[in-house]
Amino acid sequence: MLILSSLLLFILTTHSEALTPAAARDEFQEELVIRPLHSGDIYASFQFRTLWDTDFLQEGQKVSHYRLFPKSLGQVLSKFSVRELHISFTQGFWRTMQWGQPFIPSPPGAELWVWFHDTVSDVDGNWKELTNVLSGIFCASLNFIDLTNTVQPSASFKPLGLGNATDHRFLRYATLPREIVCTENLTPWKKLLPCGSKAGLAVLMKSEKLFHSSFHSQAVHIRPICQDEQCSSKAWELRQTLNVVFDLHTSGQGKKEWSLFKMFSRTLTEACPLASSSKVYVDITDNPELFELSPATPLLGQAVVLGDRRTYSVYDLSRAETFGQLRSFNLLLRDMLRPLLHAERYVAGFGLQTGEIHTVIYNNHPYRAFPVLLMDSVPWYLQLYIHTLTVTSKSRDNKPSYIHYQPAKDRHRPHLLEMLIQLPPHSMTEVTVQFERALLKWTEYTPDPNHGFYVGSSVVSALVPSMVAMRTNFTQDQPLFSSFVPVKEESSYFVRVYTEPLLVNLPTPDFSMPYNVICLTCTVVAVGYGSFYNLLTRTFQVDEPSPPLSKRLANLIRRMRGVPLLT
Amino acid sequence: MGLLSDPNRRKALTGLLTRLNTPICIVCYLAGIVWFMGLAFEPFTLRTYMSENAMGSTMVEERFSSGERALSLAKEFDAHKRKAGGMPVEWLVKAMQSRGLEVFTQSFSRKLPFPDENKERYMVRGTNVYGILRAPRAPRTEALVITAPCSPGNTNNQAVALLLALAQYFRNQIYWAKDIIFLVNEHDLIGTQAWLEGYHHTNITEYISGSLRGRAGSIQAALSLELSSDVITSLDLVLEGLNGQLPNLDLANLFYAFCQKLGVLCTIQGKLQRNDWDTAEGYTHAAQTMMLMVLKQACGRSWGDHGLFLRYHIEAASVRGINSFRHYKTDATTIGRLLEGMVRKLNNLLERLHQSYFFYLLPSLSRFVSIGYYMPAFGLLAVILLLRALDLWVHLGAPALAAVDGVTEAEQPSSPGVLTVLTPVVISHLTGVALYLLPVHLQEMAVEHFPVSETEAVVLTAIAIYTAGLALPHNTQRLLSGEGTEQGWKVLKLTALLYLAVLLGCTALINFSLGFILAVTLVPITASITPALYAVVMVLLSPAFTILYCVFIYQELIEAPVSVSEGWMLFLSVISQGILDHALYGSLVYPLLALFIYPCWLMFWNILFWN
Repeated sequence: MLILSSLLLFILTTHSEALTPAAARDEFQEELVIRPLHSGDIYASFQFRTLWDTDFLQEGQKVSHYRLFPKSLGQVLSKFSVRELHISFTQGFWRTMQWGQPFIPSPPGAELWVWFHDTVSDVDGNWKELTNVLSGIFCASLNFIDLTNTVQPSASFKPLGLGNATDHRFLRYATLPREIVCTENLTPWKKLLPCGSKAGLAVLMKSEKLFHSSFHSQAVHIRPICQDEQCSSKAWELRQTLNVVFDLHTSGQGKKEWSLFKMFSRTLTEACPLASSSKVYVDITDNPELFELSPATPLLGQAVVLGDRRTYSVYDLSRAETFGQLRSFNLLLRDMLRPLLHAERYVAGFGLQTGEIHTVIYNNHPYRAFPVLLMDSVPWYLQLYIHTLTVTSKSRDNKPSYIHYQPAKDRHRPHLLEMLIQLPPHSMTEVTVQFERALLKWTEYTPDPNHGFYVGSSVVSALVPSMVAMRTNFTQDQPLFSSFVPVKEESSYFVRVYTEPLLVNLPTPDFSMPYNVICLTCTVVAVGYGSFYNLLTRTFQVDEPSPPLSKRLANLIRRMRGVPLLT
Repeated sequence: MGLLSDPNRRKALTGLLTRLNTPICIVCYLAGIVWFMGLAFEPFTLRTYMSENAMGSTMVEERFSSGERALSLAKEFDAHKRKAGGMPVEWLVKAMQSRGLEVFTQSFSRKLPFPDENKERYMVRGTNVYGILRAPRAPRTEALVITAPCSPGNTNNQAVALLLALAQYFRNQIYWAKDIIFLVNEHDLIGTQAWLEGYHHTNITEYISGSLRGRAGSIQAALSLELSSDVITSLDLVLEGLNGQLPNLDLANLFYAFCQKLGVLCTIQGKLQRNDWDTAEGYTHAAQTMMLMVLKQACGRSWGDHGLFLRYHIEAASVRGINSFRHYKTDATTIGRLLEGMVRKLNNLLERLHQSYFFYLLPSLSRFVSIGYYMPAFGLLAVILLLRALDLWVHLGAPALAAVDGVTEAEQPSSPGVLTVLTPVVISHLTGVALYLLPVHLQEMAVEHFPVSETEAVVLTAIAIYTAGLALPHNTQRLLSGEGTEQGWKVLKLTALLYLAVLLGCTALINFSLGFILAVTLVPITASITPALYAVVMVLLSPAFTILYCVFIYQELIEAPVSVSEGWMLFLSVISQGILDHALYGSLVYPLLALFIYPCWLMFWNILFWN
């Protein structure tokens, strides 16, 4: 009976046209947003959402019948009792100052954060196994995640889905800033889609074009969410997102024109037959009268996303008349709206002994101050001098209202620094901390052609005051890209900003001639130092040769006689 | 070492060394000089080769073709530069922005300690403009820098224009793995220094500069471009940087490889390479080239914008276009291609340049002398100091040994008190400190009392203090002990010899050329000094005269010989430049000479006036 009622509710709240009863328990939506950026680049964001009204973690019930939800992930979730899983692979750096905020932010390289169910006893063990399994699923080097680069942030990463877990013992967070993302990671990601890359929006994902871009990020987010507004039962949501920024400058020879074919070298022919909704949104907020979209669409939609009200042309692929090809799209640029929150980071100083990490956070809001959570995870081989930590805004000391610092243990655990900082309006806040570079053991260096040592991005999370009222009611008909992070209040929205990773050189011995060096130093030390030490500390005396036996006998007799001895 | 631990054999050995000390020293000195001159002889040197795999074997195809556009851009830039009466900041910002770069500016100002008469500047205020080409799909961790100074007059316009043309071309390529920073700096080295300090957020030389907004991670390599004519006949590579630091040899190899590939004449120290190494002219040519490098390296200044990058562990070199009367001309497109090729290969780097040598001398672009080959030359000179010290040690110890036999009255002169040695040492060093501090700090007073400009005041004060140092300290021991003893000056000489050996040894490790030049002039005089020596000889081989000789030799080598009076003027300007380099960029030659070498030499000077 319970199943039936939830089934009914589900049908009521979705806008799917033709759902067979057998497919009612799960649902698949796909969506592509195209937004021309102020810099002249094109931002294309794919989102695929699979909803499934089941519970992997239920005791005694084994889920074995999979339809839309990928079985490989489902099994992983139930085996490791994962409550929430977020994984992203990013090649490139999101340029906040040029491009504004992305729909779903991600740091360069790989990022993985997982909330385990609170019944898990051995979290570290589960985490280790999980990373190894995921590295197999996504063909990525996630197996390099171990305790030396895993942290448990206390405040920055709260669960995005259902459940109010606050005990950060069940949270694990790790980044691999030097992970390189390529086709081999894209293919398994595409295989998780119900239609694969055979039909629907995924047809556009041709790797040669996706990787011929300025930014590429693919992610998988799994979380439990409410099935309905009353939140009477739980559903699992799998979101697969892929964000690409195409550089029109290199490909367009200066012309601000694009078409789907130019971007992806494919056109759309049909929606994924398994999808309940399949839509393409084109952001036409900036100067809509100067846009010329072909084919034109009668549908216009509005969405409030990231504190900004934007207008979109909507193409519904499930309707037959939409098919054609988007092309010839001219636009004028309007002045760059500065993103309200922006952060960057760099290493100051020179030489191989000490340095200073600077994190600069900008609040570009003209009159509102707001707090941000800064999270820094620094590998142990940079030994932070935490007493040198300073936070200054407008050249005045800015005392963080909350600091959580977990010092590193050599070869076991990284530093974790979390701070709640109040950013004054229209200001630049600088967080600096000095460090000393550790001397590694000779087997700890990476193999010879290495760029250096990477320090992962720091994460700035904030509730940024919104310019327009955010919608707080949870309805199904809002587009996917605006519904990822739950909005709790009207006046602000949640933003996470990642800074660039750092590349640090550690003092490295010249491994190309270890033999020479070892031989030379050993010889110098052994021969030179040893014998000089000998010479300097000892006194030498000429040893008198002992007199022959006859002479000794003669002397004995002479002594008895009392006459002078022979010499 | 068994040799030394056996007292009899040790005695024999020391006896041999003391007996033959002078001949051995002379042989060592001559051998050192001959060894050094032999380094330029081609069969004794190694051919250069690319050590870095990422740059050696990978193929790069150069496609840059907008050399003509660069030249018309140069005219435009020139016009804007004239209109703005300096650096056309707004025009440059627009030009870079329209080429799709992220553009930032940095303003800086610096008050020089005293006016720089060579470059005619005192209060310097300027702006650096730089644009960052963001590499697609790279996380801003690594960068390359191409810089062109915006010089006054109509020099270097072509360099800035070529930089912009390259930026435009590079922007449309997708293979970049590192961000590329295009920097146009004002007031040449001062601008570069301000930018580097801003980028690394350090302040070592008291610049007042605005903070940088845009960064691109750690810089891997930098190229500085100087180009003042539309066509050039040859490209000159400049490597010598601040404090005699050199970039990794692979950077020079890279330049040479592309010159060969594109058929561009390339020079080093302005000298072409010759193939006739077996003739006297061929050898002289190579020796001149190497000597020029040694002289340039020894003076410790940065010979191009690249030199300041080296402090930050950024491999950098300057490429300078030369337009002489040669028949063979190279156009801007080819130079653009050369730079394109170099930047692309640097872009391929998987690690910092470190495979090849950091310590080397170049008798020509295709031949190099590594540290293992040139160090023995210096070692032969330095060992003289140690031999003399050993000789003195034995002589000083000999009377003490005699005392054991029962001659007790010799005890009095054998211990010449710490004070007799310490006083000259302290006084010499105080003179050194005065030489280091006073010239700059006393300039106002000097200008008030004498009819000279500030620069002259500084230089003349320095020379005055230097000369006063000769007059000051040389009879202290007479005040202390009444009469200078034989023992006294020997102890002082022993101390000074060991001190000099340590000083020169350390200097040569960091800056071989400086150490070697100082050794060539200081070693013979210090090794042979006795109170009976003529003071004139001592003065003629003092550090100041060494600088003077270097000025004349340098002028001779660059084929611009000067008369004595011109040479004297150059000498004065070299001193002022040395002091300025120290204040502006942190060059260490002036403090080294003033605080260590000169006091050390004064200690020997003391011995002259011992009796």
